[in-house]
Amino acid sequence: MSYSNKVIDHYENPRNVGSLDKSDPDVGTGLVGAPACGDVMKLQIRVSDAGVIEDAKFKTFGCGSAIASSSLVTEWVKGRSVEEALTIKNSDVAQELNLPPVKIHCSVLAEDAIKAAIADWQKKRGAASAALAADGERKEPAKRNGLLKAGI
Amino acid sequence: MKIPIYMDCHATTPVDPRVLEAMLPYLREEFGNAASKSHAFGWRAEEAVEAGRAEVAALIGASPKEIAFTSGATESDNVAVKGAAHFYKDKGRHLITCKTEHKAVLDSMHRLEREGFEVTFLPTGKDGRVDPDDVKKAIRTDTILVSLMHGNNEVGVLHPIEEIGRITREKGVVFHCDAVQSVGKVPFDVEKMNVDLVSVSAHKMYGPKGVGALYVRRKPRVRLIAEMDGGGHERGFRSGTLNVPGIVALGKACALARAEMADESARVARLRDKLSAGLEKRLDLLTVNGSLEHRLPGNLNMSFAYVEGEALMMAVKDVAVSSGSACTSASLEPSYVLKAMGVSDDLAHSSIRFGLGRFTTEEEVDYVIDLFAAKVTKLREMSPLYEMSKEGVDLSKVEWTNAH
Repeated sequence: MSYSNKVIDHYENPRNVGSLDKSDPDVGTGLVGAPACGDVMKLQIRVSDAGVIEDAKFKTFGCGSAIASSSLVTEWVKGRSVEEALTIKNSDVAQELNLPPVKIHCSVLAEDAIKAAIADWQKKRGAASAALAADGERKEPAKRNGLLKAGI
Repeated sequence: MKIPIYMDCHATTPVDPRVLEAMLPYLREEFGNAASKSHAFGWRAEEAVEAGRAEVAALIGASPKEIAFTSGATESDNVAVKGAAHFYKDKGRHLITCKTEHKAVLDSMHRLEREGFEVTFLPTGKDGRVDPDDVKKAIRTDTILVSLMHGNNEVGVLHPIEEIGRITREKGVVFHCDAVQSVGKVPFDVEKMNVDLVSVSAHKMYGPKGVGALYVRRKPRVRLIAEMDGGGHERGFRSGTLNVPGIVALGKACALARAEMADESARVARLRDKLSAGLEKRLDLLTVNGSLEHRLPGNLNMSFAYVEGEALMMAVKDVAVSSGSACTSASLEPSYVLKAMGVSDDLAHSSIRFGLGRFTTEEEVDYVIDLFAAKVTKLREMSPLYEMSKEGVDLSKVEWTNAH
């Protein structure tokens, strides 16, 4: 497979490899793909009270372009709001990395990983805010304000 | 030590300098056409071709008259399978092969299916070998051809050709053997193995690309319908001006193999075992695919769990190997050979084929062990599956999102 220099750069110097604490309520985890297909991506984001993605980490089982696609999207989502991150399209990833046609599915997986990580975070937040509402105003009012700001 | 290191000897082998030396005159002053009967240029070319034919025959225990030269193993396989099926079609229309054969045989079989033949594709055991009993059971009164390879090009597993040859001989069924990977590496004898048609290729045994041979048994006589029409060269099996330099080279490659096979196979097998043991010592969760006992000396096919094969090959770009991962092909399907052997898709995606050969050195093996140990460790640190397995997650129980 002949790859673009950008794929090779991300593959050889992957950005943001690692894991965040998946039990942290501010962390959203997306796990997409399947081992039998040869691609599994785990993308994690830490979202601030203001709804901004402060940190992103990935681990990927997959070919060079799968690793590069996930590395690239960790760079892209960092510093963006959740809403902005949701606008990242697989075609943007494919174009940026100049992926060959047989590797387009890697960029699709990267987009799915962002969406899955955000959905996980939203679910946690939804559950947390519901719990908070039930518990009344006494507990962690500051955090609750943050939640409201994030639009949940 | 020269970088990059070549460890992909099932794909092709470098031309031995002695082979190159032998063929060069036939690209220069000895340019005659072996079919020119009227002058010395032709006579000398013919002499060289016949010397080459004798060497190929000697390596596999055949008579020179039973050797026809071709452009390589794909052609030999095509002529053998389709040629025999077409000749014997009035006797019956059933053919037998195996799921792990080379595409040259499988696709020839598929073409024959479209022509109205019926083909049984035998399974293999987990070790990659066909059970001779399965062959016996599959043979029917209308079976006309069995085609099985000797050494598999991916996993290096050797089928029990001798036992199967006994069965086909007893049943009177023509037996074709694609012996491209094994001839010159392990002993192969057409009499002992009772094979009727054998495909051989020069470039898998330190000769050049573009030349091969087909053994066609004379006693009992095996007949074929030729694919190529023309001047009736090679007893009519294969028309076309003979590739004299190629044939000289194939002959020399066979002569070298016959003289050096025993020592070379022992040396290559020792290096292969060293590679395997060295990797096992440095890394956990490795699986060798296919039988270790019945195997080509230069082959190691290993799955590095939780690391994808193509990503691993990118990481070890100083070493030329190949992978059963889908990402190395355009089809997005992992190796059909590993699949047929019952290797799971995820381990097929993680497989690497090492092909050691005549020019592989101990120093290279040491380098490859170090490099793979480092890169597999690095990629596993990046692998969510490795992390999950270390956390004790049963990956087979996880509901994966994208099961395409």
